[in-house]
Amino acid sequence: MKLITHNFLTSNIIKGVKNGYPLGILPAKVEVKDVEFNPAFITRMLPKVDWVALQKAAKECGYGEGLPDAIKDELMEDTDFLKKVHNALMEVEVIEGKLVCPESGREFPINNGVPNMLLNEDEV
Amino acid sequence: MSDANFPTPKLSHLTPKDFNFIYEPAEDSFLLLDALEKDHEHIQHIRPSICLEVGCGSGICITFLATLLKSSSSYLCTDINFKAAEIASKTGKENGMNIQPVITDLVNGLDLRLKGKVDILVFNPPYVVTPEEEVGSKGIEAAWAGGENGRRVIDRFLPKVPDLLSQWGLFYLVVIKENKPEEIQRIMKEKGFEMETVLTRRSGPELLSILRFQRSHQ
Repeated sequence: MKLITHNFLTSNIIKGVKNGYPLGILPAKVEVKDVEFNPAFITRMLPKVDWVALQKAAKECGYGEGLPDAIKDELMEDTDFLKKVHNALMEVEVIEGKLVCPESGREFPINNGVPNMLLNEDEV
Repeated sequence: MSDANFPTPKLSHLTPKDFNFIYEPAEDSFLLLDALEKDHEHIQHIRPSICLEVGCGSGICITFLATLLKSSSSYLCTDINFKAAEIASKTGKENGMNIQPVITDLVNGLDLRLKGKVDILVFNPPYVVTPEEEVGSKGIEAAWAGGENGRRVIDRFLPKVPDLLSQWGLFYLVVIKENKPEEIQRIMKEKGFEMETVLTRRSGPELLSILRFQRSHQ
């Protein structure tokens, strides 16, 4: 599970959970894989990304350094910044671990890099 | 089939044993690939950032989309069958593509954050007409069991499409004649979407069509 995917996952599917975002990450195995850097794509993606959630997720995976607290317009032209965003979004990957609902504490497993968001009947 | 520019994704990493658990790509899968290839200029023109395939099975389709768009987009996919999700990830890797699967029912857990953000949405649904009891499995039957008129899962998904799609987003859906595509067209028209039939092909007893939906901008 790359952090781009994590950025779009919510646990509001659980009965009683209001927002369920962002999910906490308890990583057991994290890898960083080389992915082709496409600055135009990163620039297009940034407005869709929840920046605070990405920062938090990167920190939880041990890769949070260098991500600023807020994005200023000038940063969008800064290739070094875009490369850091690319690294966090597209290259850091949780192979084994858990996602945690911030409201209920319910854990969702991540196995072989794939998160499992399926619920039991009584949770829906 | 695809021409040399956009090769059909390799599936040599899969064995017959895998197809006990996941759907083996067949004429419906390949017709969908052909439709995406036929539409590739239109798809590239909208500069997709987020592509999402629901019910990805082996991952052949989302991987093919990645072949068309490469690093210019991101590729998410879902499947209720955990083996399919894991295999889709491998299919992406074997073809040099970066596919991100999530195990879930349709788009549960993704639809809130993806609201208005999906540029290319693809669904090859369980479209086969079956008894109602066969619908709702998390195993291989989930790949084909469609209940009455083969529409049970399609009809659960259609209401989610308007919220998922971005302003210029495209939704591709595989259907057979029994699914009553004219009725699906009417349902989606009421939600503000135009439909085109991109390709049609007969495969044995099935008359397959690939439908494409986009917002009416009139």
